[in-house]
Amino acid sequence: MNSIGEECTNLKRNYEDCFNKWFSEKFLKGNNEDDCAPLFKVYQTCVKKAIKEKNLDLDCMEKDVLGTEFEKPPPPVSK
Amino acid sequence: MVKYYTSTALFKYTWDQVAIALWQRYPNPYSKHVLSEDVVHREVINGKLYTKRLLTKTNPMPRWGEHFVRGPRHICVVEESIVDPKNKSLTTYTRNIGMQKLLTIIEKCDYIQNPENLRTTQCNRWAWFQSSFYGFRRALQAFGVERYKSNVTKNVKGFNTTLEQLFMTDIPQQTKTKQKLTEKAKHAVDLAKSKTQPLLTSSSQLP
Repeated sequence: MNSIGEECTNLKRNYEDCFNKWFSEKFLKGNNEDDCAPLFKVYQTCVKKAIKEKNLDLDCMEKDVLGTEFEKPPPPVSK
Repeated sequence: MVKYYTSTALFKYTWDQVAIALWQRYPNPYSKHVLSEDVVHREVINGKLYTKRLLTKTNPMPRWGEHFVRGPRHICVVEESIVDPKNKSLTTYTRNIGMQKLLTIIEKCDYIQNPENLRTTQCNRWAWFQSSFYGFRRALQAFGVERYKSNVTKNVKGFNTTLEQLFMTDIPQQTKTKQKLTEKAKHAVDLAKSKTQPLLTSSSQLP
C-alpha cells in the first residue's frame, strides 16, 4: 500500500518487511526486542515531512484516545 | 443525538493469524477506496504493541450534499490499536480527522478468540455517528450509517482475502498430496484387477 508521501513508499516497504517478520516470529512469541528501529526512524522522518506538507491537523492526529478518558463508551444495549 | 451501529464478524483463522494479517490487509480487491496507509507512531509498553496509523480514503458525498458542502475529495482517518499477545486481544479505534463537524464516525473493534472455538476469531464492532451540521444532521448521520455498513462488508471481505493469501498456502500442497494418493490408489486397483482378471472372466455372473 502506498504511503501518503510518494517518496516514502520504498522506505515504508523496507520497514514493513522487517516489522511483519518481527511481529510474527518474535513479538507474538513474547520477544519484544525491536529489530526494526533504524528502518522505522528513516521511514518516520519521511512520513512526518510529507504529512506537514499536506497541512493535516497534526494535533488531532497525535492525540491519544484509545484507553483514555476521551474514548467513547460502548453504545447502550437496545432492549 | 448520536446514531450507533454494532455488529459481530467471525474469521475462520486463529487470533495470531488475524493479528499478523491486520498489518498486511491493504491493498486488497475490496479496498479501492483506501488511497494510502502509514504508521505514524509505534512502541511496545509492558509487552503490548501500541500503534497509530494514518489512512487516507476517498470521500464520496451524498449527491444532495454536494450543492451545500464543498468537502475535500479525500478524508484522513486515524487508527489507534493495542495488541496484547499474552491475553490474545487486539483492539482498534478509528476516527476521521478533518470534517468532524460535518460527520464524525468513530469505530472500535475488539478481536478476540471465539469462546466457542478457540481456533477462530471473533470481531465485535461498535460505531458512533454524529453530525453537528445545522439542518442536515439526521440526513448526514443516516448517510454515514449506510455508507459505513457497506464499508464494513468490504472490510471483512478484504480482510478474509488477505488471510487466505497469507495462510492458505498449505491448500495447494494438500491438494497435490491428495491427488498423488488418489493416483497411487487407482494404480493399485488397476494392478489388482489385471492380476485377478482370469478369475473375474470365469466368474462372469458378477454385476
